[in-house]
Amino acid sequence: MSAPTELLNVQIDGVWYQFKKGTRVIEACAQAGKFIPHYCYHPKLSSPGNCRMCLIEMGMPKTGPDRKPELGADGKPVISWIPRPQISCAQDITEGMGVRTDSSLVRECRHGVMEFLLINHPLDCPICDQAGECHLQEYSVEYGTAGSRFLEEKVKKPKRVELGPRVTLDDERCILCSRCIRFMKEIAHDDVLGFASRGSHTYLTAHPGKRLDSNYSLNTVDICPVGALTSTDFRFKMRVWFLKETKSICTSCATGCNTIVGSRENVIYRQTPRENDAVNSAWMCDYGRLNIHYVNSPDRLKFPQVREAQGLANVSWKTALAKAGEELKQFQRNSVAVVASAKMTNEELWLTKKLIDSLGTVYHDVVPRAGQADQLLMSADRNPNTLGAQLFGITSEYPGSKLREMTEKIASGEIRAVVALGEDLTQIGLAESDLKKLTALIVVGILPNETTRNASVLLPACAFSEKRGTMINIKGRLQRLNHATLAPGEARDDWEIIRDLLQQLTGSNGIYLIDDVFKEIAETIPEMTGLSFGRIGDHGVQLVEESEDAQPVAMTV
Amino acid sequence: MIITIVVSLAKAIGLIFLIILPMVSYTVYAERRVSAMIQDRIGPNRVGIPLTLFGFPKDIPFYGLVQPIADAVKLLLKEDFTPAHVNKLYYWLAPACAMAPSMMALAVIPFGSQLWGEPMVVANVDVGVLWVFAVSSLGVYGIVLAGWSSNSKYPFLGGIRSSSQMISYELSLALSVIPIFMVCGTLNLPDIVKYQIDHGWLISPIWIKGISLFPPGINFQEIWRSIDILKIILWIPLFISFIVFVISMFAETNRLPFDLPEAETELVGGYHTEYSSMKFALFFLGEYAAMIAGAAVIVTLFFGAWHVPFLPTTLHNPYTVWGVLLGLIHITAFFVKVALLLFFFIWVRWTLPRFRYDQLMRLGWYFFIEIALVNVFIVAIILPFVPK
Amino acid sequence: MAYTISRPKLNFAEKVYLPAIITGLGITIRHFINIVTGKTKVTMQYPEEKWDKKLPPYYRGAPTLVKDEYGRERCVACQLCEFICPPRAITIHAGEIPEKDRWRKVEKFPKEFEIDMIRCIYCGLCEEVCPEQAIFLRKDYAITGLTRQEMVHNKEKLYELGGVMTGLVYKWNDKK
Repeated sequence: MSAPTELLNVQIDGVWYQFKKGTRVIEACAQAGKFIPHYCYHPKLSSPGNCRMCLIEMGMPKTGPDRKPELGADGKPVISWIPRPQISCAQDITEGMGVRTDSSLVRECRHGVMEFLLINHPLDCPICDQAGECHLQEYSVEYGTAGSRFLEEKVKKPKRVELGPRVTLDDERCILCSRCIRFMKEIAHDDVLGFASRGSHTYLTAHPGKRLDSNYSLNTVDICPVGALTSTDFRFKMRVWFLKETKSICTSCATGCNTIVGSRENVIYRQTPRENDAVNSAWMCDYGRLNIHYVNSPDRLKFPQVREAQGLANVSWKTALAKAGEELKQFQRNSVAVVASAKMTNEELWLTKKLIDSLGTVYHDVVPRAGQADQLLMSADRNPNTLGAQLFGITSEYPGSKLREMTEKIASGEIRAVVALGEDLTQIGLAESDLKKLTALIVVGILPNETTRNASVLLPACAFSEKRGTMINIKGRLQRLNHATLAPGEARDDWEIIRDLLQQLTGSNGIYLIDDVFKEIAETIPEMTGLSFGRIGDHGVQLVEESEDAQPVAMTV
Repeated sequence: MIITIVVSLAKAIGLIFLIILPMVSYTVYAERRVSAMIQDRIGPNRVGIPLTLFGFPKDIPFYGLVQPIADAVKLLLKEDFTPAHVNKLYYWLAPACAMAPSMMALAVIPFGSQLWGEPMVVANVDVGVLWVFAVSSLGVYGIVLAGWSSNSKYPFLGGIRSSSQMISYELSLALSVIPIFMVCGTLNLPDIVKYQIDHGWLISPIWIKGISLFPPGINFQEIWRSIDILKIILWIPLFISFIVFVISMFAETNRLPFDLPEAETELVGGYHTEYSSMKFALFFLGEYAAMIAGAAVIVTLFFGAWHVPFLPTTLHNPYTVWGVLLGLIHITAFFVKVALLLFFFIWVRWTLPRFRYDQLMRLGWYFFIEIALVNVFIVAIILPFVPK
Repeated sequence: MAYTISRPKLNFAEKVYLPAIITGLGITIRHFINIVTGKTKVTMQYPEEKWDKKLPPYYRGAPTLVKDEYGRERCVACQLCEFICPPRAITIHAGEIPEKDRWRKVEKFPKEFEIDMIRCIYCGLCEEVCPEQAIFLRKDYAITGLTRQEMVHNKEKLYELGGVMTGLVYKWNDKK
């Protein structure tokens, strides 16, 4: 009768299952398809068991006088039920355990807990940003009552508290689940939050003299089951039920955290982490999360432009591309340089490589962006796709090593034309006067800068949320970007622009869809053999073994 | 000679433009108002003099009497669309063919006694009624041409229906008036009117002659003399004539119990489905003009035309104010009678449902022709016994 | 399968139609006379005669925003009406009430509130869904304009139409 050591028999709602030893009861129930409402329990955090929402009926095998479990008619242990309800989140399963998730006692307990939780809740859903994704709302519908029997004054607590630069707290809404406290302590290792006072006057606050200013503070907003912690950035901007959720990845560093982009009518309102244990667990940093607003900038480049006597003039795409092709054709090889970006997708980089080959130049590189790595998610490499640029041969093992030579040759006039793909040349040490010396400066970009102002042909492109494509993160994982919003004005997908530039030089190449580009990559690059956008899936594919110098992701899973 | 032409022209133009065309448009208006009232509605009562267009604070509503002008302006300003697949010449000809005959038919109608000694009939010709039949039967060409030249299914079916219907009912129409010619002994319409003034309206069995309002007086001897048993017997076939004639006229003018050519439920718009703007308006107005012409013929044949009972028919000196006034009263009387008949037409339209096509043809060929024919023989038998 | 419908046997009077026709003519002329003599009155002459005074309290005219007798704008920009609106006529941009304001505890207010009256279908779902008793369909039914822009009611226009509503639930008053 005894199961293998690692598997334990558990009876859930009358059916026997086997689970791995060490599974928490609430997780076992979830695996058996029985949902148990919970607030304080979070799969990535420890279990304090303080919300009492996950109460269930539990039983242990009845032992006979011989100290052995009594077996029933079906050969399974007879369970003797504990008369009081137990919490399911802080309890590991044991052999022969019995669980009832939907008995009348359990239902009554949930009913009572909901009523208690709502006693001091302000019920200001109309102004609460959490409304629509609030567990209090959801469980009220599912397990609560329509009215309240509480007639006394509700406890007043601090409202509109600035816990940190990016988080606003409403203590009246807090149900004291302590998820945020545990997150800051266990994951962010920055123990700044805690409870003060006693009883129903308990409230969440930062420890004296401390602020919630960690780079991971907004994760507390995500895990807050109610509307107590809200993002100052997203506060009152848009109701969550309007947001179109698009699975994407963060492009602010080489980690490539999986995200959900929340947009409505072509405006991005927020970016939240998406669970992927191979990359970012369930978290992301505030820096990457908030680095989305440039997408909606009114300064975005909207129309293709060509330099004329009076300056840059709006023209049609056809004219701009023809002009660009004409300008590129007149130069000898090696008098053209290509400054690409490691922020580009693999597809764009692949076409860029083809463009470089057809130009025949040896002067091509990407612009490196180095930053401070933390011990959590942020990578020192702030380019999201350096590995891709290396894989396709745009750059060498040391990104940016050719830039010095290039800038010197541009300054000396040896290089007379530059194709700048999404990068500002003044950032690599070129002065504006150097840019003015160039005979041709073809710029693909999304926001105006010194380089776009000096361009001879300016081609507006798409931001990360406006295109499909793939990127390879620092750990060698191929991940997918998805299309969430539309590009402003006449701006076009980068890969289309580069393909059209290529066509100006080499004629038609039979690439019509981004899938065609990826197919070509998958046929040529051995690491990507057999892959397609569909196969990459929402969670990405590990391409190469994790490289030596890659940042280990320090996550408690 | 020139004076005769000028006078005839004046009469024709005056009749058509001063009386008939306004009457046509107001018949359309009347149709809408009467139909509305029969259906417990109000009908077009809004369009008046649009003073607000000129900056005044309010319009003058005028009971909607300006509605026909608004309709005409609208129809004139609408896009005159000619479909690509039509036979252009006949397509353009058809509306004119539908409108003209009814106007021409009015030429022989005596619509008044006289003004300044001039008889109020455009053409005093001996063929009279025959002219009316001859010309009004040309109206079918308009419909047939429209149906055929539209080169489209519904108009085509509408045209076929219309032509066979009109041809069928022309027979009973013509046969039913033969007793009148037999009684009056003439085809000339002014003469028929004169007969009715002397012997009483053909619709009425008794004729009280001898009462006069102007100058006032009662002559009992004349009253006694005007009552005649044989005349009462003769009235029965004449009344049958009247019924057959009126019903046939409904069919001839495509009015409602017999409006098969444009049965909306079956044929969309019938023969004018492909028409728009003023060409459509011509069909529309042609239909009402035909109705007025028909009513005018009925009034002339059965209701004593312009004759008003108890009023003198002429004065010794028609050039005095009183003489002209009397002439105007007679003209008015004629058109009042026509208007009342038009009301009857409208009233019938908004009361009766449409016949089925086979019923319509059966009614025409099996009943009305036979009734009219028998009627001719009955009159022929009675007539020799009636003293002249 | 073909089957035969039994038709009624008609007597002579019915066969000649005439009695029925005359009865019909009688009916229609009676209606005609009744309306001419004013016995029947069914149509209201709209611009001259109006039924504004007889409008029932539940009449659904143009949607408007209201203030209460404390002068507080009731709307807190929860955007539920924007969500429920079947023709998507409503656009709301929310803002935060500054700390110094008398009604700071309400925290949220509509910075912009627009109802496109060309789109509005007067269904009243916005009023029904409003948790704050802020939007009401009042009795204005003749909403006209010469431009599309004029037909978009902005916040000022909506409050002008809505005015003050009393006798509501004042759930924010006793807070703090």
